[in-house]
Amino acid sequence: MPEILNILDNDLGKNLNNDDFNDDDVQNPVEPFLRSDRVPHIWCPGCGIGTTVNSFARALLESKIDLRSLALVSGIGCTGRVAGYVKLDSFHTTHGRAIPFATGLKLANPKLNVVVYSGDGDLSAIGGNHLIHAARRNIDLKVICVNNLIYAMTGGQTAPTTPDHSTTSTNPYGVFEPSFNLPHLVEAAGAVYVARWTTFHVRQLTRAISEAFHKKGFSFIEVISPCPTLYQRRNKLGDGLDAMKDYKAKSKVRNGAPTSEVGMTMTGEIIVGKFVDRERPDYQTMMRAQYADSLGERFVEQSEMVCS
Amino acid sequence: MNTDLQKTNLQSADPRGVLTGIHFMDGDHACCEGALAAGSRFAAGYPITPSTEVVERFASRVPMVGGTFIQMEDELAASITLIGAVWGGAKAFTVTSGPGFSLMMEHIGYAAMTETPCVFVDVQRGGPSTGLPTLPAQADMMQARWGSHGDYEIIALCPNSPQECFDLTIKAFNLSEEFRVPVMFMMDEVVGHMSEKVVIPKADEIEVTPRRHTHKSVEEYLPYATNGDGVPEIAHAGEGYNFHVTGLTHDERGYPNMTPQVQDKLVRRLQNKIRDAADRIAMFEEEKLDGADVVVVSYGITSRVAQRAIEAARERGLRVGKLRLITAWPFPEKKIRELAANVKAFVVPELNLGQMVREVERAAGGQAKTFAVSHAGGGVHNPEDILKVIVEASKCRKS
Amino acid sequence: MAKGRVSIVVERCKACGFCVEFCPSHVLALSSAFNSKGYHPPHVVHPEKCSGCDLCGMYCPDFAICATKVDAKRADPAKGGAK
Repeated sequence: MPEILNILDNDLGKNLNNDDFNDDDVQNPVEPFLRSDRVPHIWCPGCGIGTTVNSFARALLESKIDLRSLALVSGIGCTGRVAGYVKLDSFHTTHGRAIPFATGLKLANPKLNVVVYSGDGDLSAIGGNHLIHAARRNIDLKVICVNNLIYAMTGGQTAPTTPDHSTTSTNPYGVFEPSFNLPHLVEAAGAVYVARWTTFHVRQLTRAISEAFHKKGFSFIEVISPCPTLYQRRNKLGDGLDAMKDYKAKSKVRNGAPTSEVGMTMTGEIIVGKFVDRERPDYQTMMRAQYADSLGERFVEQSEMVCS
Repeated sequence: MNTDLQKTNLQSADPRGVLTGIHFMDGDHACCEGALAAGSRFAAGYPITPSTEVVERFASRVPMVGGTFIQMEDELAASITLIGAVWGGAKAFTVTSGPGFSLMMEHIGYAAMTETPCVFVDVQRGGPSTGLPTLPAQADMMQARWGSHGDYEIIALCPNSPQECFDLTIKAFNLSEEFRVPVMFMMDEVVGHMSEKVVIPKADEIEVTPRRHTHKSVEEYLPYATNGDGVPEIAHAGEGYNFHVTGLTHDERGYPNMTPQVQDKLVRRLQNKIRDAADRIAMFEEEKLDGADVVVVSYGITSRVAQRAIEAARERGLRVGKLRLITAWPFPEKKIRELAANVKAFVVPELNLGQMVREVERAAGGQAKTFAVSHAGGGVHNPEDILKVIVEASKCRKS
Repeated sequence: MAKGRVSIVVERCKACGFCVEFCPSHVLALSSAFNSKGYHPPHVVHPEKCSGCDLCGMYCPDFAICATKVDAKRADPAKGGAK
């Protein structure tokens, strides 16, 4: 816990009302992207998800992307709640199935820029099959995987990403299974952009998201994020701030590192960076090319599927 | 309640998807043509006997019509990919059979909860589990109605010929758009694999219900606000509405709002939008119901076998009426209740061990007896088996 | 003259401490006062040190704080300009 400065309440009363410090014309740059009528959000104090949304919103600003054609899809879990807080066309779908939903959206309206924003359990456990197939097909999706190393929403159960020997509610005596190295998994499956950052790396995360926006194909950005209430607390790792300090101390930026080397342990170093940035034709490009090749003039390009 | 709302807004089919002409094709293929005629330009599927031909045909037709087919990695994916496509602007469907239908249940519930207009085709086969992949049954009828968790309503149609596989698929899409509900298209393996004459008319002779898209401004639009018939107006992603869709219990803004009050309001509306229109949705074929002692209630392929039994019974002088269910859900309770007052008994042959017969019995309310002619599946009934029960039913006293 | 100004939305704060920790100029500290949820929001202890970098804003998971650069006209005339 950070030190609480003892300041007399009546001195503070003025400041708490932000007379000096809150100009009416000062607006948080990310405010236009929030459903302000729903803030404060449900995430715990010290949870990193809000920070990732902050970085995401700043990427929307920096990349100057067309917001009208941006759609955000999430699954179920703490990170899944992101869809409900962003002021975009947003879809809160079923557990593990954000990626196929997003695929349908994208195929029906290729002009959409579709972001999948979900958690590690949602994307790599129940959603694992869809993750690898979408990567294989190189569907043009930007996947932001907030990895808090646990199933948080349901109370702290083991996830495929929970590091060895951690304590969880379903492994009360310690996890003994090996955990997924997500960057390695998605690279092997075929993703064209693979990066990992932590919630400490706010600027790099914003930059990575901006890059993914402008990249065609399956992009996967893993963000290591604290879950103070469950993962941190059960493993006596302190609170969210302690996790952030830990990320700062233990992260090592290795852009271009072989993904086979970036697996995580409970207390070891966290390798971050942009690991993969390659070119491969995306699904729709390949589809059109194949049809054009086989059918020639008989191929009818799917123009507007939108029905009125 | 403006029940004529949709009728006045009907459009003609897009000729690009209409294979006008006289064809000889099986039910699976006719179903695909029905979907194309209805304006569907998106399907996501997964292979499963005996339904696969529907999407195989779609896969070969759609690149020349202007649409997309994607074979997904499993039915869990297929069933939600089509929902995503609907929100992207398409009319979408998927096709499956028993085991796949089971996998799709979560997303049928999601479609009902988010009020996504779409069609799920189930070409029923023997079950449970892997069962009889290449042989018929009608044992998913209750599953079609109750398969997903929670309180929700769906519409289910049962074709009994390849021609109906064409015509009623269009109807299924139209109903899904009118009520913003997933529609279950309950075929069976025989209807799916039998080949008959299928007449596909000209595009301007086919009526298609358009998507109930909002005309409100971005500021005014509320994704789940309704008036009149309890069906909200839809917007698609990419149009600037910045709406939110969730499977959580939600209010008119589409935002999660998890209280008993909001739950009550939402779930009752989802139910009532269908139930209040049940009479309008109900479609059946009736024959010689006036003065009948026994009414045979059947659907799908069994209705064709039952026809033989009915005619044989009439030749013996028995007064037998026919009620063929085209809409299985919402169940036409009112019709059964009215008939029950006047007839001695209902005979319900089905390719299952008793599913729709329970609805008949319930609706009859004890006013008439109900006799099931069950069949575990794997083939169709022997008409003699149905005749035997009709004869037995004729002998009972009016209750 | 401070180059930046901090703006805090007290009711959104959950006192996680990120802004306090990661402000490079140590401008902030958690106060002993409470918002209506019982959290201690941050307080600007050294306003004169604020550079307006907005790192506090970038880290905040609750969108409760941001910093902006003060208007250039009001900036310190000794700063900027020719070397």
